[in-house]
Amino acid sequence: MSEALDPRTAPKFQVAAKTLLGDSQLRKNVRHATKVIQTKRAKVVNEMPDWQDLRESGKQIRRHTMRHLDFYLEQFERNCTAAGGHVHWARDAEDARRIVVELVKASGAEGGSAKEVIKIKSMTTEEIQLNKALEAAGIHAYETDLAELIIQLGHDQPSHIVVPALHKNRSQIREIFEREMKLPGTDFSKLGGTPQDLADAARRFLREKFLRVKTAVSGANFLVAETGSVCIVESEGNGRMCLTLPETLISVAGIDKVIPRFEDLEVMLQLLPRSATGERMNPYNSIWTGVDPARADGPRTFHVVLMDNARTEILADEESRQTLNCIRCGACQNACPVYQQTGGHAYGSVYAGPIGAILTPQLMEMHHAQSLPYASSLCGACYEVCPVKINIPEVLIHLRNKVVRQQSAGLNILGNPEVMALKAVAQVFRSETVFRASQKMGRLAELPLAHKDGQGVGWIDWLPGMLGGWTRVRDLRVMPKQTFREWFEERAEDAPGRRAVDAEKGADNGR
Amino acid sequence: MRVSLFITCYNDTLFPETGKAVVRVLERLGHTVEFPAGQTCCGQMHWNTGYQDEAMPLLRRFVEQFRNAEAVVSPSTSCVAMMHDHYPLMAERLKDEKLKAEVAALLPRVWEFSQFLTKKLGLEDVGAYYPHRVTYHASCHGLRSLHLGDGPQRLLRAVKGIDLVEIENLEQCCGFGGTFAIKNAEVSSAMLSEKVRGVLNTRAEAVTGCDNSCLMHIGGALHRERTGVRPVHLAEILASEEGGAR
Repeated sequence: MSEALDPRTAPKFQVAAKTLLGDSQLRKNVRHATKVIQTKRAKVVNEMPDWQDLRESGKQIRRHTMRHLDFYLEQFERNCTAAGGHVHWARDAEDARRIVVELVKASGAEGGSAKEVIKIKSMTTEEIQLNKALEAAGIHAYETDLAELIIQLGHDQPSHIVVPALHKNRSQIREIFEREMKLPGTDFSKLGGTPQDLADAARRFLREKFLRVKTAVSGANFLVAETGSVCIVESEGNGRMCLTLPETLISVAGIDKVIPRFEDLEVMLQLLPRSATGERMNPYNSIWTGVDPARADGPRTFHVVLMDNARTEILADEESRQTLNCIRCGACQNACPVYQQTGGHAYGSVYAGPIGAILTPQLMEMHHAQSLPYASSLCGACYEVCPVKINIPEVLIHLRNKVVRQQSAGLNILGNPEVMALKAVAQVFRSETVFRASQKMGRLAELPLAHKDGQGVGWIDWLPGMLGGWTRVRDLRVMPKQTFREWFEERAEDAPGRRAVDAEKGADNGR
Repeated sequence: MRVSLFITCYNDTLFPETGKAVVRVLERLGHTVEFPAGQTCCGQMHWNTGYQDEAMPLLRRFVEQFRNAEAVVSPSTSCVAMMHDHYPLMAERLKDEKLKAEVAALLPRVWEFSQFLTKKLGLEDVGAYYPHRVTYHASCHGLRSLHLGDGPQRLLRAVKGIDLVEIENLEQCCGFGGTFAIKNAEVSSAMLSEKVRGVLNTRAEAVTGCDNSCLMHIGGALHRERTGVRPVHLAEILASEEGGAR
C-alpha cells in the first residue's frame, strides 16, 4: 500500500476491507501477530492483582486532565520553557507541518542538519503526513524505528499504532531490506532470515544515520505538566539515540498527551507497556526536561510542537470526549475481531482498529470516514482490554447517531433506502396492531423466496437489495406459521386461567 | 414467582420454539408465566445503528408494559444487555425524571433467561434430558455485558445425557453484530467462517447459546454448507425431558 492513509480520500471501510480480505498472506500475518501480542498481554495483565484498579486510576487521571486541559497545557508550557525548551502551538496539521519544516531549516545554524532528520516512531507525525511535507521542503526524514523503517523502505503505510509493520512477515521484510537498503561500503543484498540477521542489518543501516544526522523529530507518549518533561517509551533503543545524539530535537505532540503530575507516570508506565507489547516495563523509558543547562549532554536545542488538529472539537462533545483519553497502546486493535480479519489499512487512516474507528471520523470533524463507526460488531472486546477504560462501543454508537443525523437531514432521506427502511420499521414497533400485521405480511412476502429442504423446513437462500449481504454466505429459515404470541394466546384460550396479560389491566389490579 | 416474559421481536416472529421452551421450563419449575401483549421490540437495532430518536418510544413502551412485573425474563442476551447498558442513558437523554426513576426501579428485575435460572433462582439442574453432542457459543453481550460467566455451561453440564464439548474460540465474536452483518457483509462472513470452523472442530451435532441472533447467523452458514449441525437455543435444550415429552 503506497498511497498515504488519508481519511479524506480513502475508500469506504467496506470497500477497502473486501480487497484486503482477499490477501491471504496479509491475513495470516495479522492473525499471527495479533494472537502473539494478545497472549503476551494476557499473561502480564493476569499477574497483576490490581489491574482493574490501575485501569480505573488511568481513566480518572485522563478524565481529570481532559476536564482541565487548558490549565495543564499552560502549566506544561511554563515549565518546559523554564527548563530551556521552546513550545510552539499548532492549530491544525498544516500549522504543525509548517512549524516543523521551519524549525528543521533553522536547526542548520545551531549545529543541526537542515537537510536531513532522524525520526522516532510517531503516529502523530504520521497523522499529519509530516514526512511528505519535509520531503517537499527538501528535507529527508529517516525513520529509525525498525517497523517504521520497514514501512518507509517498502513504500508502505503503517497498519497498527504500536507495530506499524504488523502486516508483514519476516521473509517479506528480508526482501524489502535486500532490495531497498543502500549504504556505501555495505552489502545488504544477501541477508540471513532470522530476526537477529534483520535487526543486525537495520543496525548497520541506521547507525550511520544516528552518527551523522544532527536533527531529530519525535512524537511523545506523555507530557508532564508539573515538570515540563516529555516521556517516550520504546523497545529498541533507536529512540534513545535520537533523543541524545542530535544537536536539535523537535517533539510533536497532540494536546491530549499531557498528564498532570510526574507521579501519574507510575500508573501510566504500568498500564502502557503491559497493554501495548505485553512487557512489564519498556526496555527504554526516556524522560527529559528541557535541555542540559551545561549543554554537556543531549540536544542543545529542544522544541515541542503542541498540536490541536480537531482535538478541541472532540473535547467539546461530552459523549465522545473519552476518545482523547487514549494512550495509544493498540490493545484494542489486537483484540478486535474485525481488525484481525482486515488488518489496519482498511481503516484508511494511521489510526486503525476500534480506536481508529472512533478517533478518525472525529479528527475529520465527521466530514469524512463515516463508514468507520460501522466497522464494528460492537462485541466489546476493545472496551474490555482498554487500559484507560474507554467505552469504545458506546462512542461508536454515539458517532453512528451523528452519521444518521447527517444522512437523514432534509431531502437526503429520500435517496437513502437504509434510513427509509429503519424509520419505517420503527413505526411498526410503535404499535402492537401494526406489529402483528407486519408479522403476517412478512410470512406472505417471503413465500416466493422460500423453498423446502429434505425435512420440509422452508429456507431462503437469496434476498434482494441490501439484505443480499445476508444470503451471500448464509441461508435464512422462513418464518414459522405461528408466531410465539399467537401460540401463547391460543394456549391461554385452551386452558382457563392462562392468559396473555394486558399491562394496563395488570396495573388496574394493583400489581 | 410471577414471571413476565419479554420474548423480543425476532424470537416472537422467527423463533417461537424458543419462547415455548422458556414457558415450559419456567412452568416446570413452578412459576407462572405472563405475556404482556403490547410488547414489541427493545429498540436495540435502532439504537445500535444510530437511530436514537426512533429507539426512544420503544424504551417508553417497554417500561409501560413491564413496570409492574415481579421479574422480567427474556431469552436474548443482546436485548437484555441493550436495556441494562443503554436504557438509563436513554432516559437521561430524554430528561424525563419519572421515566428515569422507573427505569432504575425496573432494570434490577430484568433478567436474561439463563441468568434468571442461575443467579436469581440459584439453579443448575432443571431436570432436562438431551442425549446429544453439543457445543456452547458465548454471545459477546452475554460474556462482556451481562457477565454470564460459565452460568450457561453449568446449566448445560447438569443436563442428563448431554455430551458438552467446548469450542476453541469461545470468546470470539461470531460476526453477527446486528446491522453489521448486512453493512459489512464480507467482514462479517470472514468472522463467521472462523466461528463455523470452531463449531465443526468440536464435532458437535448442535450449537447452542443464549441469543438466537448469533445462532441464526451461525446456523445460516451451517445450513448453507450442508454441515448437518443445527443451532438450538439453550432454553430448548433445558425444556427437553426424558421420554421425549418436550
